[in-house]
Amino acid sequence: MDYFQSIDWMTMLNCFIVGGLICVIGQILIDKTKLTPARILVVYVTLGAILGGLGIYKYLIDFAGCGATVPLTGFGANLAKGAIEGVKEQGLLGAFIGGVKASAGGIAAAVFFGYIASLVAKPKIKKQ
Amino acid sequence: MKKLGKQTLQLDNKPSIINTAAIVGPKELNGPLAKYFDKCVEDEFWGEASWEKAESKFIKETVSTVLGKANVSSSDIDYVFAGDLLNQCISSSFGMRDTNIPFFGLFGACSTFVEGLCLGSVFIDSGACKNVLCATSSHFCSAEKQFRFPLELGNQRTPTSQWTVTGSGAAVLGKADQGPYITHITPGKIVDLGIKDANNMGAAMAPAALSTLCTHFEDTGRSPDYYDAIITGDLGHLGKDILIDLAKTKGYDIAPNYNDCGVLIFDKKTQDTHSGGSGCACIATVFSGYLYKMMKENNIKKLLLIATGALTNATTSQQGESIPGIAHAVAIEM
Repeated sequence: MDYFQSIDWMTMLNCFIVGGLICVIGQILIDKTKLTPARILVVYVTLGAILGGLGIYKYLIDFAGCGATVPLTGFGANLAKGAIEGVKEQGLLGAFIGGVKASAGGIAAAVFFGYIASLVAKPKIKKQ
Repeated sequence: MKKLGKQTLQLDNKPSIINTAAIVGPKELNGPLAKYFDKCVEDEFWGEASWEKAESKFIKETVSTVLGKANVSSSDIDYVFAGDLLNQCISSSFGMRDTNIPFFGLFGACSTFVEGLCLGSVFIDSGACKNVLCATSSHFCSAEKQFRFPLELGNQRTPTSQWTVTGSGAAVLGKADQGPYITHITPGKIVDLGIKDANNMGAAMAPAALSTLCTHFEDTGRSPDYYDAIITGDLGHLGKDILIDLAKTKGYDIAPNYNDCGVLIFDKKTQDTHSGGSGCACIATVFSGYLYKMMKENNIKKLLLIATGALTNATTSQQGESIPGIAHAVAIEM
């Protein structure tokens, strides 16, 4: 019971709405524009990096938690945040090191779990 | 054989389509034409290690099926005309490598099947050949990988996109007293009106279909109502409507007896293929499985078969090039 009482239901709702909205925008871009999914991906990461660099994205993270960090824009914001911190610690060189350093966990996990998945799963035809 | 007008050849020695065969994959198995195909395979790998190997198996098995149905051995086939959508036509060459039949590898994108029928029928009409074989294949999974994104990425398909038919169709042409006969061929010109969306092939190919359609009518002096059915290859739902509208502007009303293989092969309501079917196997399987039987049963006596192709590849679409379309027509009559 303690666990359930400790849940901040308001943040969960915010998380659901913000994460959902980011996905809805992506869906509209797929359906209504000629942008390919790969380009939408790049747009999201770039947009996240710009908003993160300008310090705007962190308000969205404070408001929605994982609803803002899990989508691709969160990855972009994390790159920007890492780069800024890198500059503070190591100077100009940190701009090149910091971003990837901050995202290293996510990148390595993606490669690792992707590899594991490829060992146990086989790609299948789409259902629709 | 004589030339009519700009592009059409009239074949006087009546090359006959002796028999056909079609084998399809799991999606087509649930489609409205499933009962007409010789075989429906439920596993998209068909027991192979890769989709490319599976596609080669489709064409190989379809060819062996059609040879059995036509009761000719591979040594009686003078030439084979085959093609597919993968780089360097590897499905066809790998599928045909053990057959010992002289081989022409064709690329006309999704128009390849009718391109093969055009060339094959001329070879027969010349009197020099006894039998030729025309075959094409495509596979949804290998085509997605080749032209769009690998399936592992799991991205969504756009509303105008079409579903590449998994399967293969093959036909044996020869001299016979029985129809259906190929009476005219109208090979098409490349038409490019500047459509750039690789997910909207129907719109890119419809103008090419229009060009070949109009040229065929002008060259032969025929009109749309001469044919019991006018069937295009894989314009899909969107491209079909565009072609009907475009034909109207040229003074041809094709709507009453016109349909498209990409529309016929899948059920729009239950199968959610968006704009319908496409691929080298689309017209090949629908003709070899369904239309050929309709002709044999005299439900269709005069058929104008127009295969449409988008002559594009992944590099040109990434470089922002537009999509050149092509369409080849054959008139098939009982």
